[in-house]
Amino acid sequence: MKKTGAEILMEILKEEGVDTLFGFPGGAVIDLYDALMRSDLRHLLVRHEQGAVHAADGYARATGKVGVCLVTSGPGATNTVTGIATAYLDSIPLVVITGQVPTQLIGNDAFQEVDIVGITRPCTKHNYLVSRVEDLARILKEAFHIARSGRPGPVLVDIPKNVGQAVTDYAPVGPVSIKSYNPTYAPNIKQIHKAVALIRNAKRPVVFAGGGVILSDASAELTTLARTLQIPVTTSLMGLGGFPGTDPLWLGMLGMHGTYRANMAISHCDLLIAVGVRFDDRVTGKTDCFACNAKIVHIDIDPTSIRKNIAVAVPVVGDCKHSLTEINQVVEEQGLGRDSEKHATWLEQIDTWRKEHRLSYRQQDVIKPQYVVEKLFELTRGDAIVATEVGQNQMWAAQFYHFKRPRQWITSGGLGTMGFGLPAAIGAQVAFPEAVVVDIAGDGSIQMNIQEMATAVQYGLPVKVVILNNRCLGMVRQWQQLFYDKRYSQTLLEQGPDFVKLAEAYGAAGLRAVHPDEVETVLAKGLATAGPVIMEFLVDNEECVYPMVPAGKPITDMLLV
Amino acid sequence: MKSEKHTLTMLVDNEPGVLSRVVGLFSGRGFNIDSLCVAETMDPKVSRITIVTQANPLLLEQIEKQLRKLINVVKLREMSDDRAVRREMALICVHARAENRDEILRLVNLFRAKIIDVASNYYIIEASGDADKMTALIGLLKPMGIKKIARTGTVALYREPKRGI
Repeated sequence: MKKTGAEILMEILKEEGVDTLFGFPGGAVIDLYDALMRSDLRHLLVRHEQGAVHAADGYARATGKVGVCLVTSGPGATNTVTGIATAYLDSIPLVVITGQVPTQLIGNDAFQEVDIVGITRPCTKHNYLVSRVEDLARILKEAFHIARSGRPGPVLVDIPKNVGQAVTDYAPVGPVSIKSYNPTYAPNIKQIHKAVALIRNAKRPVVFAGGGVILSDASAELTTLARTLQIPVTTSLMGLGGFPGTDPLWLGMLGMHGTYRANMAISHCDLLIAVGVRFDDRVTGKTDCFACNAKIVHIDIDPTSIRKNIAVAVPVVGDCKHSLTEINQVVEEQGLGRDSEKHATWLEQIDTWRKEHRLSYRQQDVIKPQYVVEKLFELTRGDAIVATEVGQNQMWAAQFYHFKRPRQWITSGGLGTMGFGLPAAIGAQVAFPEAVVVDIAGDGSIQMNIQEMATAVQYGLPVKVVILNNRCLGMVRQWQQLFYDKRYSQTLLEQGPDFVKLAEAYGAAGLRAVHPDEVETVLAKGLATAGPVIMEFLVDNEECVYPMVPAGKPITDMLLV
Repeated sequence: MKSEKHTLTMLVDNEPGVLSRVVGLFSGRGFNIDSLCVAETMDPKVSRITIVTQANPLLLEQIEKQLRKLINVVKLREMSDDRAVRREMALICVHARAENRDEILRLVNLFRAKIIDVASNYYIIEASGDADKMTALIGLLKPMGIKKIARTGTVALYREPKRGI
């Protein structure tokens, strides 16, 4: 059958199960948008291409499906770079389709031409420039396959205008096979037995789970392992929701802003079972002192994650779900779960640490940001999908909202992208129109993609934005307060907008709380309002996130409240 | 941990941008490239890239894993030990004064090199061998005056099994 490149694109998107994409049109993609109009795909018109990528990313994180966005060449393409890098660092499956100038103009500095394949090479899992329409279908199929398989990631496909226009004989492409790309899902069974042998002999084990557990849908298997053997669990920022935040075995997050008991447990454990993590510097602090009394089992689908930052005793290359299933099976065969009292002393020790230093704050006559998050947790009964911006707001959300399940927590962990939260919340809300979706924001971050309020209003997406307004760039200010003798260089946002009026200007509802008494009322009212809402909370501007491990220090060197 | 030279050879898809992915990986991750050679293989769809790098064992492991992760890298092998042969090539333009010509010819013979161009005062020598041999030849020619030099990186091939030899 004869089809244009643009029609082939729509065909493959449908074939790959895509029903929604996020984008922004332009000259180089007019033909693609023309074909889109004739398809039954849903397209959300964002207000900035960065918003499109973050929205696709939020959609992907909330659903586990591949997020898709479509933008034009040149500035359209460069505006996606931050979003692509965000998804790359957190291993989120995306297919980003960019327009390109016609092939005969490539290299001529044509209008709105940029070498986006060159620019995004280091921040995509893979990328393609389609030079012939005959290759388009295969490349798109490969792009989806690469994005969602193995360790997921963003894949960019650059389609020149004339490739979208060209007509070719289209026949559906068979299943993708790339001979140099075969991710290892099934772990080596010998390694599984070695891991179980360590588990059997451990007296003070800890499970440390990361984003890989969420991505491979291994939360149930992880929970089984921990509960069967009574092993306490901590997660990285990316792993929140991978283990129920209300479970007695839950230690809280570890690392720079981790809980006292999680960091102490890591430092005193004799076995660390690390699942789907990459030992980021925000987790390990000084690597020489990280879990230095422990043997480490490290399960990850990406071999480069293993022995990159931390030496391990038993590496297991494989999918987290697959590997944990194998481990649980061997544990059951060997009857290891029967001795539930085995780690009683260790769990008591952890409980002592928990009592010594809990996450805490004191609500006085100004609103404490932690109080807002805690109230939000209560009022949403811990069921909301929570997106965040980056900085203090993100850390307080991580500490005080206790996540029950995977894919409920949507945050830019690796890249730390301010401006991520609002568009990501929009993407999650598109996927789950009935869910309560909240963006926990700061007054700094929210202004980086505030224009997407218009998108939320246009499509009736009832995203609730909670702005913890401290009139400053709080996290950097915190570092300046603690380590730079309170020299607040360029971190005080002396002039902010009136967020209530701003919300109204966009056609959303705006609410404000100035006094602690108003917090609950404003939250309740905001959550009960149909449609998008901005809730502004004027919070203590000197509040810091504690505990805090200064960068490069051992994680036991915690500054406590 | 001790840092040593390692020769890595990879077969890659012969497509635009592939070299840039490989080289970009090295620069982006702070790996080092001592030398680099690229050319097509017998299969025009496949190129062979040979890179000499300096790394300790842990870093080498990471370099190899990262390279294998590139979608366009089909096969990767370390070619540092005796199971492989390694060669470089150089074109050396040396000042050939009358009093030096005999010595140059003798060195050319000893090193099994060739003179491939003769000008009034200069010879161009073509030489190949392993890295040590090239360094030695260049060292011996240096006192006579090397005007210019062009060297390739290392290329390497795995030896086939020697059954019955």
